[in-house]
Amino acid sequence: MFHDNKANRLRKEVLVRVARAFFTAQPDDALNRIPLTMRPKSTKDSSRCCIYKDRVVLKYRSMAALGFSVESETDELKPVSAYFDEALQRDKPVDPVLTVIDEACSACVQSQYTATNACRGCIARSCEAACPKDAIEFRDGKAWLNPDKCVNCGLCMKACPYHAIIRIPIPCEEACPVGAISKDPETGREVIDHTQCTYCGKCLKECPFAAISDLSQMVDVLKLLKDGNAVAMIAPSIIGQLPGSLPQLMAALKKAGFSDVVEVAEGADETTRHESAEWVEKMAEGERFMTTSCCPAYIETVEKHLPEIGKFVSDTPTPMAYTASKVRKNYPEATTVFIGPCIAKRVEATKNADVDYVLTFEELGAMLVGAGIDVFECGEEEILDRASREGRGFAASNGVTNAVKALAPDDAELKPMLVDGLDSKTIRQMKMWATKSCPGNFVEVMSCEGGCIAGPGTLGNPRIAKKQLNTLMDQSPGISR
Amino acid sequence: MRVKVSICTGTTCYLMGGAHLLTFDEMLDPCTAQDVEIVGSHCLGLCNNEENGRPPFVKVNDHIIADATLNKVLDTVRAELGLEV
Repeated sequence: MFHDNKANRLRKEVLVRVARAFFTAQPDDALNRIPLTMRPKSTKDSSRCCIYKDRVVLKYRSMAALGFSVESETDELKPVSAYFDEALQRDKPVDPVLTVIDEACSACVQSQYTATNACRGCIARSCEAACPKDAIEFRDGKAWLNPDKCVNCGLCMKACPYHAIIRIPIPCEEACPVGAISKDPETGREVIDHTQCTYCGKCLKECPFAAISDLSQMVDVLKLLKDGNAVAMIAPSIIGQLPGSLPQLMAALKKAGFSDVVEVAEGADETTRHESAEWVEKMAEGERFMTTSCCPAYIETVEKHLPEIGKFVSDTPTPMAYTASKVRKNYPEATTVFIGPCIAKRVEATKNADVDYVLTFEELGAMLVGAGIDVFECGEEEILDRASREGRGFAASNGVTNAVKALAPDDAELKPMLVDGLDSKTIRQMKMWATKSCPGNFVEVMSCEGGCIAGPGTLGNPRIAKKQLNTLMDQSPGISR
Repeated sequence: MRVKVSICTGTTCYLMGGAHLLTFDEMLDPCTAQDVEIVGSHCLGLCNNEENGRPPFVKVNDHIIADATLNKVLDTVRAELGLEV
């Protein structure tokens, strides 16, 4: 799916409006009006049955943007402003789960195959002949698939010479690599099984109704910036996510109230140093292969769905962990805020006492808009070149491999494999690698195809981001041992 | 240059989809491309007034496109050039 679409813009608009409201004199009023402002009476195109339903959904979106899961609602009359007040009282981030806005879920049809009106009612009736379950019936001379009998094998679709039978996917279920999202048989709406979910964010990105949302920590950080001391840790994938150059972006973050801005690429260098040493050690011990450990959605996948590969995963801490530990040491009083493309990083942060909050680039963008900061108009913060080309390269697929390669001993026989995007197929394949044999000895795993620059919390175009990343890498010093 | 396309890269427009509009050059055939100049513009100041519509904004000569998409921009460019839309 093309990701700059109306559903995606709608999600971001709500974030922007919440952030703008935060900076107004009367946030309560501005917040309660979000559904009305976005769907005024004059609206001609309601996305659902009527503008009133649109407004209800927008209220739920605002709730999620304030960090409340829709499922937690107990009183339908509770206004957005009341959630805002509650959010301001929180002193730690909410549990990072994904929430389904059930009013927004359109309850996509269950039956995966259906005969369209392109059916000619031909006399061959290949579909009927192909169906092993006798599920094809003819009504008014045209094929009809009986959902009670159909087992979704797809043979009828292949058999029809008119392409009259189509497969209708359920986008969120299709996107989920681990089958953690499925229909509630009673309502037909999607429900996330949190014991299975790996927080990869693919469902959120793919749902055409934008019915899945993560729980934002934006307001918590906005409050912190107003009257606290916070240090921003920016992921290498920040390149291309906001307008302006890296030095301008750093200046923009300081203008927004962060006391210091640190590149997580510095921590990535630490990861590289340890990970390449660990790999050499493991190979010497006779291990068959080692996988990377920096992608948190992959780590969740290992824990919940791929325990077989657990012993092959590197023990090296992630770039975020190294960076946060250093920041904590240098600024013991400060609150640490990781800013990245990733939803699963919020889960990693709950397991790491050095990381207090996690924001996505979308949330960062909304915050800057709310605060009225235009990145292009910011001066340039001096970037001390503490991060290397390789560390910055972690942002895109193959980046970790290239970094480890740069530090591996010259005689090392590194045979890299790349898992560029986790889905049910790659997970099955990795299971085989763990239990039978793996064609390589160093496996880089990225949950998102293309790497972090294509993460669910990004707002840039991955292709442009990749170009800008390459330029920045060319200007950066090589990694030192 | 007969048509100037200014893609707003103020923070608001960039966030709301302007980042993706920067691939607009790929939408043009080589012949049309000769007549079109594409620039990333600093904030055009259009997002401050709701009456202008929703961001992202793109200016094609003097035409302002709100809630811009690649196709909307392409149509406007072709209309400016007097080509069939």
